[in-house]
Amino acid sequence: MTEMTLPTAAAAERTERERTNASGLADLPAPRAAEEIARAEIKFRCRDVDVFYGEAQAIKQVTIDIEDKAVTSFIGPSGCGKSTFLRCLNRMNDTIPICRVGGTIELDGDDVYDRDVDPVQLRARVGMVFQKPNPFPKSIFENVSYGPKIHGLAQNKAELEGIIEESLKRAALWDEVKDRLESPGTGLSGGQQQRLCIARAIATAPEVLLMDEPCSALDPIATAQIEELIDELKQNYSVVIVTHSMQQAARVSQKTAFFHLGSMLEYDETSKIFTAPGHEKTLHYITGRFG
Amino acid sequence: MTSIDFTALSAKHTSDATRARLRKRYWAEVRLKAYGIIAIAFAAAALLLLGSTIVTKTLSVTHEYYLQLEPRIEASERDMERLTSDNPRLRANLRRPVSESLQAAVPGEISRRDGRALTGIVSANAGLELGDLAKADNSLVGQTVAFDALLDDNTQLYLRGAFGRPQPINSSETANVIVAEGQPVVVEVGPAALSEVFAVLRAERSFQAERAAAERDRQQNAVDVTIDQIGEASDPEQIALLERRLDAYERARDAAEARRTELRRQATVRREITFEMGEDDATLFINIGGGWLKAETVERERVTGAFLEPIPAGTYAEGSWQALMIERPEARRPISDRQVVWIENFDAQGKIVQKVNSRLLEASDSASAELAGIWGAIVGSFWTMVVTFSLAFPLGVMAAIYLEEFAPKNRVTDLIEVNINNLAAVPSIVFGLLGLAIFVAGVDITLFGTEITIGGFLPRSSPMAGGAVLALMTLPTIIIAGRASIRAVPPSIRDAALGLGASRLQTAVHHVLPLAMPGILTGSIIGMAQALGETAPLLLVGMNSFIQEPPGDPFSPGNVLPTLIYQWNSNSERLFDDKTAAAISVLLIFLVAMNALAVLLRKRFERRW
Repeated sequence: MTEMTLPTAAAAERTERERTNASGLADLPAPRAAEEIARAEIKFRCRDVDVFYGEAQAIKQVTIDIEDKAVTSFIGPSGCGKSTFLRCLNRMNDTIPICRVGGTIELDGDDVYDRDVDPVQLRARVGMVFQKPNPFPKSIFENVSYGPKIHGLAQNKAELEGIIEESLKRAALWDEVKDRLESPGTGLSGGQQQRLCIARAIATAPEVLLMDEPCSALDPIATAQIEELIDELKQNYSVVIVTHSMQQAARVSQKTAFFHLGSMLEYDETSKIFTAPGHEKTLHYITGRFG
Repeated sequence: MTSIDFTALSAKHTSDATRARLRKRYWAEVRLKAYGIIAIAFAAAALLLLGSTIVTKTLSVTHEYYLQLEPRIEASERDMERLTSDNPRLRANLRRPVSESLQAAVPGEISRRDGRALTGIVSANAGLELGDLAKADNSLVGQTVAFDALLDDNTQLYLRGAFGRPQPINSSETANVIVAEGQPVVVEVGPAALSEVFAVLRAERSFQAERAAAERDRQQNAVDVTIDQIGEASDPEQIALLERRLDAYERARDAAEARRTELRRQATVRREITFEMGEDDATLFINIGGGWLKAETVERERVTGAFLEPIPAGTYAEGSWQALMIERPEARRPISDRQVVWIENFDAQGKIVQKVNSRLLEASDSASAELAGIWGAIVGSFWTMVVTFSLAFPLGVMAAIYLEEFAPKNRVTDLIEVNINNLAAVPSIVFGLLGLAIFVAGVDITLFGTEITIGGFLPRSSPMAGGAVLALMTLPTIIIAGRASIRAVPPSIRDAALGLGASRLQTAVHHVLPLAMPGILTGSIIGMAQALGETAPLLLVGMNSFIQEPPGDPFSPGNVLPTLIYQWNSNSERLFDDKTAAAISVLLIFLVAMNALAVLLRKRFERRW
């Protein structure tokens, strides 16, 4: 990692932590006790999922169980299908006309691709944060209040304001923006914008939060803030994060899935994947031999 | 394969050939720049010419001329009824007080025929305007009031010098006016006084001589052809007919030749000549005080003629008299010499005043050029634009949203897209025909033996019909602009909304449309500006009718600015020509304002993502 000069001691400390992370995976969370894992509820149960773009198969026979109140990360080289798979979980792929999904994906035991499931309702339960911060070109207040408004979550203005304050607090943005809720969301810095997008997703009161490379457009400081935030969020949500940074996966997630060429090669405790991967390809990828 | 020496190749970069190539390239660039500058200069010059023509003509009608009169308002019983009525449409035409006050303003008794010519210098509307004055205040009846009578269009043009006003010529001599009973008036002047008149008259004679020569040659041709025909003919009856014709041709030829010889002589002879001043000649006036003499014959030191306004006999020193000439012959101008004298006297007395021509903006179309204004057309254009916008904008935006956000991408939508793009290029008159058939005339079809009419629900000449036709024309523009700006909204915004659980409709209405709206509005305003300037389709639905009142609603007959311009331009009165330019200026102001608004919107709401 390159040397950086940073203005504050706190930032310097953060950089220090990143350096240790980058060099030796020293900061891994302690493996959870066996009974804790057993108690963990399964949020998404995916069986033999295939995804086709026209004739091309993007995802091949992926079977995975995603836990509640934990962070699951998807890693793998570019074009391996991790984002595609992520977008299957809240049916965002429906917007692509040539996309077909096979197999079953169950959310709390209900097939999300069932005829009776309304994708709009599904997406209210399964929130999403995108690679590039994409706040609406409206005020911060309107950005966060949009979800609660269209889903009728607030009975009155006070409730709505409560939701917004709580969402911004959970997204660790409240202190920075509480005095300027009416200023445009697009005027924030990149990291703030991404936290705004997270607050916006939280405000809809989802059960699962999908994050598609949420830090790839951010600098290390903003990245560190988002990562802290993700760590907080797992208290209440099931978080699924796609990332290109193995350090990030190691830092924030409890479970890691390794994707390669559309197949999921390995899925296990993060500590296990990064210390004793079961697959040769995984080993090569995490040690930087390809990818 | 031969090996290539790259060191040798590199050396070529500094060779003479390279330098020559470089020079050639520079020269080509210079040439290209020059072509560009020439093209732009040409365009700018053309624009400047157009602009200056329109502006000059417009400036000539910013003011109109009035004649100060002092009529004594007298109203007949029928006029009184109108003057006391509450209905503003009932107007009294007090033309008698106007013409009486006119006659009172000129010296001497006037014949009935001259009286008509005198009344002709003020507008036919002057009586009505005097009536309006009396209607506003009934106590004025029976009183003598100060009243400014609007002048006739030709009088106004004359005052602006459209036909030439009497130009002073050399009068640095004494003039001796001799009046004898029963004899034409004679004015004796010094020898140098009339040289300018002679120059003009000689030039005119020379021109007429050329025309006579052309006439002679034409007749000679006819003679030659007839002689040939006689040689070929065998029927004696036909020969007799041809010979009679030949005779007539020969006589006409000889007459033309005689005329040419005489005119030529007059044009070249320097001394001892008498010019008879005909209708086709310039007019020569002698003006002394308020008295005017019109020359009938001009000799070297002598002018003979008749008084238009009498001049006392006597000898007048240099500077106290004036010789004036109008080069344009009386026969070729609408203001007669008699009228010229009246107008010039009024002007000299300061009775002719200029006022700002608010009539141009406030009045509606009229058959009299001096009364015509564009207000009716502005109101018609307004209603038409309202109808066009309220039809085309919602339809266009909805079509654009459907095609961009909802429609499946398949052959049908491809076909629709191609057709919409082609529709934007269809000549506007075709839309006029379509609109005429569907909205105004209706289409008769026979269905199961009964004849039914489809369409034909809009009144002809109404802004409703015109607006509907223009909406058809504008629709493709709005759809194309709308689709382009909807497409320019980044997909990340759609993802964000969909990811929050917004439906496609909510995504489109809450997020995509507001972001696309400035672009859609810009496109729509440009489409509307195009529609505002459109003429051809409106001619077909009858919006070029002669309508003297602004339409009160979109269903009343009306016309629009471009069709008014078209009508005025085809009018023969010359004042309409200048008013056409004024109407064009107003139209251009509206168009520039609309385009400026579009630019402003674009700048104001321009977003970068």
